[in-house]
Amino acid sequence: MRRMPALLSALIALMLASLTVGAAHVDLRDIFSDDRAMLVLLESRLPRTVAVALTGAALSVAGVLIQALVRNRFVGPDTVGTAEGAALGLLGVTILFPASPLWVRMIAASLAAMVTTWLFLGVIRRLPAREVMLIPIAGLVLSGVLGSVVTFIGWQTDLMQYVGTWLLSGEFSGVIAGRYELLWVAAGAAGLAWFAADRFAILGLGEQVATGLGLSTASVMRLGLAVVSVVTAMVVTTVGMIPFVGLVVPNLVSRVMGDNLRASLPVVALSGAVLVLACDLVGRLVIYPYEVPAGMILGILGAALFLWLLHRRPAHG
Amino acid sequence: MIQISNLGHKIGGTQILHDISTSFPKGKLTALIGPNGAGKSTLLRLVGRLEPLQQGAITVAGHDVARTPTADLARVMAILGQQTAVASRLRLCELVAFGRWPHHQGRPRPEDRTKVAQAIDAFALSKLKNRFLDEVSGGQAQRAHIAMAFAQDTEWLLLDEPLNNLDMAHARALMARLRDLVDRQGRSVGLVVHEINYAAAWADHVIAMKDGRIMAEGTPDDVLTEAVLSDLYDAPISVGRHKDRPLVLHHA
Ligand SMILES: Nc1ncnc2c1ncn2[C@@H]1O[C@H](COP(=O)(O)OP(=O)(O)OP(=O)(O)O)[C@@H](O)[C@H]1O
Ligand SMILES: [Mg+2]
Repeated sequence: MRRMPALLSALIALMLASLTVGAAHVDLRDIFSDDRAMLVLLESRLPRTVAVALTGAALSVAGVLIQALVRNRFVGPDTVGTAEGAALGLLGVTILFPASPLWVRMIAASLAAMVTTWLFLGVIRRLPAREVMLIPIAGLVLSGVLGSVVTFIGWQTDLMQYVGTWLLSGEFSGVIAGRYELLWVAAGAAGLAWFAADRFAILGLGEQVATGLGLSTASVMRLGLAVVSVVTAMVVTTVGMIPFVGLVVPNLVSRVMGDNLRASLPVVALSGAVLVLACDLVGRLVIYPYEVPAGMILGILGAALFLWLLHRRPAHG
Repeated sequence: MIQISNLGHKIGGTQILHDISTSFPKGKLTALIGPNGAGKSTLLRLVGRLEPLQQGAITVAGHDVARTPTADLARVMAILGQQTAVASRLRLCELVAFGRWPHHQGRPRPEDRTKVAQAIDAFALSKLKNRFLDEVSGGQAQRAHIAMAFAQDTEWLLLDEPLNNLDMAHARALMARLRDLVDRQGRSVGLVVHEINYAAAWADHVIAMKDGRIMAEGTPDDVLTEAVLSDLYDAPISVGRHKDRPLVLHHA
């Protein structure tokens, strides 16, 4: 497999670039003699770089899972109400228990995200199976409705500025040491999914085939639901939702190497990390020394990639 | 043996199956025939626990379908549904390999790989095995699905219209394989067929269904008669003989 080394090299190169780019000058060659450079590196650059990579990887894996759960390629954790659910949970905690510690907020966000994603799964169960486009549309409607609810409550309680950071502009400029570590939980959850990769791949073959092969579809659905929700909730809590990664990366990888998830999930994770790192870097460079949010760059690039995907003919393997 | 007792089934208030009691004999090839909407697929899906039981009982080789864990049943019977369209982009060899999953749960042993290779070979898929499912023809995809069920290598094999999309040569090859499974490996097979002559030529036992009930069952000679078939399909049907087996003629 030659894809992994290529992706790994790209990842390392982008991470090194991400460590050196920024308003404060940091030369990686003399960090050991320069205390200030070391401080910037450890407190800001490294956390940011790691946060970006973890976010891209975890969201892409979550995208694969939600697509396998609903058996439809045109959905991602940002289009089925999961992110809005997490925001709703955060909002609820912020209003009801303003002084609650981080772990309470994290659990509330995850649980609320699970509930709304479960709601989505319940809605699409009742849709006619042949209408492929109804599923993404149902997801967009659900996230639209939930988003309005969040916005409404946000206005009423004067918490709009929080809502904005959770849902509107996913970006990494605020990441410093001590403020991003939750993303490791997201990455851990995504990593857990790899151990059940075969199960998710079989579930993707349809309930009928999965049952025939002796899979307990309900428990695999629950696991998928939990991973997607936890990943999304952690991302929403720490950096705000990043659009398109969870939709585009799984599609690109599936085009090239298919849906044998045991083999493709690592590639999905690496590609997601590379894509978001690249977008974050572009966002930091285009109007240097100011920044454009990575989420915005992804919105543009992701939409373009997606259109290209829709129009490309399937390659013969 | 598959034992079905007092099976009833409703979908949305409509009674689809009416108090069915029958059995699929062990070590035989059983063909399920009947007009569209007779309830053949529903019956097979209930046996294959793809649908929850509402009324009655089914045992497969002594395992109560309602109580046995689905993972255990997957080592006793393999079932191929009527709808095989999948949205997954798997290579044909990966699909077939999933047939072994009930036996190894993700850690394939050498014997699993051998069985997969045999199944790929048996259905003439060697040249296509690295193609993606969405990049082969309907009949080729169908053969891959049958090969997956074969690779599962279970005592019982249940197939709903496996001849769908297959050309005459591949259809005959499949029937010959099934015969071989029954005669030489002591397996039992149940399949739904629409082309009666495949049942006439290859089956040991025929079950004829109409309107959610069993109209007739027995050997091909007993069931595939002008009287039964004309009644079953509400059309005059003549039956001749060929090589000492019934031959159903549809150009009246
Ligand atoms: N999801 C459903 N909702 C409502 N009715 C259904 C549903 N599925 C099947 N039916 C009805 O149940 C009856 C039996 O269907 P079934 O699929 O078992 O027939 P079949 O004998 O396999 O037919 P075919 O030869 O066309 O495959 C039919 O009258 C059908 O209309
Ligand atoms: Mg049918």
